[in-house]
Amino acid sequence: MAKSTFNLAAIRRKAIDQVGVEERCARFQTRSIKTDAKKQGLKMALNMIDLTTLEGKDTEGKVRQLCHKAAHLHQGFPDLPNVAAVCVYPTFVKLAKSLVADKGIKVASVATAFPSGQSFSKYKIEETKEAVSEGADEIDMVISRGRFHQGDYAYVFDEISAVKEACGKARLKVILETGELGNLDAVYFASQMAIAAGADFIKTSTGKIKPAATMPVTLVMLEAIRDHYHATGKMIGMKPAGGISNAKLALHYLIMVKEILGEEWLSNEWFRFGASSLANDLLKQLVKQETGIYQSANYFALD
Amino acid sequence: MAKTKKEISWDLSPAPESTGHVTIDKRYDLFIDGKFVSPTTKKYFKTVNPATEEVISEIALAGKKDVDKAVRAARKAYDSTWSKISAAERGKYIYRIARLLQERAREFAVIESLDGGKPIRESRDVDVPLAAAHFFYHAGWSDKLDYAFANTSPTSMGVVGQIIPWNFPLLMAAWKIAPALACGNTVVLKPAETTSLTALKLAELIRDAGVPDGVVNIITGAGETGKELVEHPDVNKIAFTGSTAVGKMIRRSLAGTPKKMTLELGGKAANIVFEDAAIDQAVEGIVNGIYFNQGHVCCAGSRLFVEESVADEVVKKLKHRMNHLIVGDPMDKNTDVGAINSKGQLQTIEKYLKAGEKDGFEMYQSQVAVPKKGYWCKPTLFTNVSQSSIISKEEIFGPVLAMQTFRTIDEVIDKANNTPYGLSAGVWTDKGSKIFNLTSRLQAGVVWANTFNKFDPTSPFGGYKESGFGREGGIHGLSAYLNLQG
Repeated sequence: MAKSTFNLAAIRRKAIDQVGVEERCARFQTRSIKTDAKKQGLKMALNMIDLTTLEGKDTEGKVRQLCHKAAHLHQGFPDLPNVAAVCVYPTFVKLAKSLVADKGIKVASVATAFPSGQSFSKYKIEETKEAVSEGADEIDMVISRGRFHQGDYAYVFDEISAVKEACGKARLKVILETGELGNLDAVYFASQMAIAAGADFIKTSTGKIKPAATMPVTLVMLEAIRDHYHATGKMIGMKPAGGISNAKLALHYLIMVKEILGEEWLSNEWFRFGASSLANDLLKQLVKQETGIYQSANYFALD
Repeated sequence: MAKTKKEISWDLSPAPESTGHVTIDKRYDLFIDGKFVSPTTKKYFKTVNPATEEVISEIALAGKKDVDKAVRAARKAYDSTWSKISAAERGKYIYRIARLLQERAREFAVIESLDGGKPIRESRDVDVPLAAAHFFYHAGWSDKLDYAFANTSPTSMGVVGQIIPWNFPLLMAAWKIAPALACGNTVVLKPAETTSLTALKLAELIRDAGVPDGVVNIITGAGETGKELVEHPDVNKIAFTGSTAVGKMIRRSLAGTPKKMTLELGGKAANIVFEDAAIDQAVEGIVNGIYFNQGHVCCAGSRLFVEESVADEVVKKLKHRMNHLIVGDPMDKNTDVGAINSKGQLQTIEKYLKAGEKDGFEMYQSQVAVPKKGYWCKPTLFTNVSQSSIISKEEIFGPVLAMQTFRTIDEVIDKANNTPYGLSAGVWTDKGSKIFNLTSRLQAGVVWANTFNKFDPTSPFGGYKESGFGREGGIHGLSAYLNLQG
């Protein structure tokens, strides 16, 4: 890696008040989203999903099924939007790409020794390059949390910028794994660092650690994005991942994005949900909006 | 990557709270001795929904004779029942009021918002639950008063006259009635003339709770009715919440009489933001401090002091936040800022807006549309204000924030204390030692650190200087309704 360009002094560490953050989040959850706004919100959320399978037991068969679901969310409603992307391990990128590329669905690949990130930087960079050359449109990397806790911020920063370089044209999502960072001050600091190092998106979690995405953590990351936007005019995307499994919660996340960042962030270019079971609940609510009746879970495909 | 801004708009659809479950009578009489009776004045005045200017109901105007009747009823109830029954029995009735209030919470919230203009979100989540909490808290004290004050034998005072304002009608009624009853007193309460409905509904609830006749009497009317109550010779104590001007009148009128008094008056709270504060959360606190309940809050954080090094950031974020406040129909569940309580109050606020502009301060208002009918004031921020201006000196009682910058701790403490008021203050910093330094030097009854407008029945509330005296809530609040002889 080249000599570090990380400049700690340039990043102003900022105080975050957890009690205040939680109160603000509670306030988003009192927003009442009805009728047309609800329908629009549900469709928007559906279109923001990174439909994900990241299991040790993933197979080509599993990935095929996931990709089909990504493009055929519900047979009864052919005019529904597709999800934004499918998110898979690097070894399945080529297959996924061949199945969804013509549907306008992106392929995201995790990389950099996901989920722990405990490996050598050179392999992480190689892995990223490999995933991109297989056709990945987006790379979801994890930061080295161990190094972060050691205070070795320059290492973390340099690794992100090296991976960003390896991404080429692919967009880079930087996973902070907030469940391992310990407090909201660290979440804000890590967000700033990831953005400064070249992240196109910042992402909460791998989904392998609890807690994964929470509203307070997401709010703090959105504030980091807003502060960056105020300072530079450059938009950064946000992806909460893991733990958002129902439609109501997803809509409240969107309210949060609208009120903190603004409506220009309300598209899958700038906001994503990393989720696997959220899609079906959104579909269920959409069907309810259309027909007035809740359908049983059996009407929604499990892939 | 090229910056691509897409045109997306996602507006919230209307989410109105239903009002079908609420019954409001065409006319309300006075609640005296357990019954609703028509006023001897034969006069009624109209109460208006400030969001629509529609007349909701007619309210009886109590005259001198009615006040006398109410005080007599309270005296009779004090002598014959309320001072005779056991303290535990008193507690039982107050618990019953608390539970009934919780059961009918939605009804009370809807009426509070219809009559007063406050957003249903606030009446539902703040006013009504807190009112119930006050009854619960004080019910528990009823039979434990001997333990609240060591080495004294607390005794009740007798008949208490209580006059409450229009900004938190039901909550203020609860703040007044609950401790008075728990301490063994009987009550004559007068709500503000623009917001009598929830107090009258509370009268119905108190009757339904089986509280003995005459223990709580609720009489309605304007300042003149209040004056009759204050001057009635058989009242043992006056508790008043309202403007400093009226508070001074009451104090003059009680001078030389044996009547006790507590006053909770105006305020012009300093909300102080330091450079090291959690800025985004501080901005939220600033908003809650001044735009909560349209700024009709005696402890509102109406003077904002920001350390100059972060002033630009705070102003930018504050304006951004102001533009995401939803202003309008109080009955919509998404409304953040409702209607101004009355036409008169709107005129007062507008007078101050003009004064601020005339002084040449920069005025910013939320970029929102407000309904044509009704009384509305957009959330307003004045920046670069000086300590010597009218808008940073006088209580506006509306959604108007006056911001000044400061440089040192000593400077900001001097300026924060440089006011005749002293009700509340807020401090925003990440440094604990700074908080303790300020809280011990700010002359305010309540100082909030890294939060604002937090209320709890266990915590005493009240003012310094011209913001009044006496405390409400907590053990301190009990002592205001007891004679504490050794």
